[in-house]
Amino acid sequence: MTDVAFLLLTFFILTAKFRSQDAAAIETPSSISGIKVPEKDIMTIGLGRDGKVYFGIDDAPNRIAMLDNIAEAKGITFTNKEKKDFSLMSNFGVPINQLKSYLNLPKEQQATFKQPGIPVDSTGAAASNELKDWVFNARKANNDLRIALKGDNLAKFPEFKNVLATLQAQNINKFNLITGSEAPPAGWKASSE
Amino acid sequence: MAEINTGGGGGKHDGGKVRSKKVSTRVDMTPMVDLGFLLITFFILATTLSKPSSMTYNAPDKTKTEETEPLKASNVMTIFLGDNNKVYYIFGKAANEDPEVKTVGYGYELRKAIQDNTRKVSADKFVAVIKPTKKSNYKNLVDMLDEMAITKTQRLAVVDELTDSEKVLLKDKVKLEI
Repeated sequence: MTDVAFLLLTFFILTAKFRSQDAAAIETPSSISGIKVPEKDIMTIGLGRDGKVYFGIDDAPNRIAMLDNIAEAKGITFTNKEKKDFSLMSNFGVPINQLKSYLNLPKEQQATFKQPGIPVDSTGAAASNELKDWVFNARKANNDLRIALKGDNLAKFPEFKNVLATLQAQNINKFNLITGSEAPPAGWKASSE
Repeated sequence: MAEINTGGGGGKHDGGKVRSKKVSTRVDMTPMVDLGFLLITFFILATTLSKPSSMTYNAPDKTKTEETEPLKASNVMTIFLGDNNKVYYIFGKAANEDPEVKTVGYGYELRKAIQDNTRKVSADKFVAVIKPTKKSNYKNLVDMLDEMAITKTQRLAVVDELTDSEKVLLKDKVKLEI
């Protein structure tokens, strides 16, 4: 019986998909909203406590397509191995000029490397704003992508405003803020619209 | 297989001396293994099921400038998100008419303030204008939008810029330097 138990346990462990390493730990605030984050076709823009911006999309082939688009736009080439490594990362926060060197770091160094974040600015459209390039090329790779913002509790408002400006400059006005769950106060009923 | 043999059964043999009767200390571990297995399975399934929830945020289109009718200050509650998780608000008067600036914390106090003010004018005329300041953080904004959802405020706006009279007002009344 113990053998059966351990076999079943091993089965569940092996069939559970591993969560890929997030670039930085982000603790989101909680809200009473009950809408679930969609599983597929989702672009996640992370805003860390220190104001660093991280970017990721959900599907490996989409990631490669997005990387190809950016490489074409910026005139950089990536080897097939670098593309494959990139397609396994769920999100990242390095400027484009450091991306190639980051991908060539061995895995242990990648985990400990302090990612500097993707450059953004307050107008949303400056040449140095790389977030707009990533967003544009991601949508070029997959037009159905929905945008989710994952912000840390202690991220300051001006940084959030910069991300907002970047999205609004591309005419993106509807997105989701990822929050934890919170029970609504007692006696509150969801309004029927 | 599920037994621990403590060796209490046939161990020492001290010739001739009277020994107390040894109780065999065999422990049957089957229930413990079962419980452990159940708990682990429960946790594995539970973590895959809890997906983070999301809150929708609809910003107005910046390229379209619609002409909306001007707001009457008597219906507007302007809420400033200050530093250190404090909220300041003015209600019923514009910033240059010397209104009273009240301070509340998040949660119940804020909710009560919003609901009281909504009752003073009718719910369909009440407008909330949220002005986050540089010193507020993301959690403040999300909590504020959450309060709007809880109090079912229909008309609200998030504005990043504070007018000069508002900055002077905050500096004088609550010592908040923007």
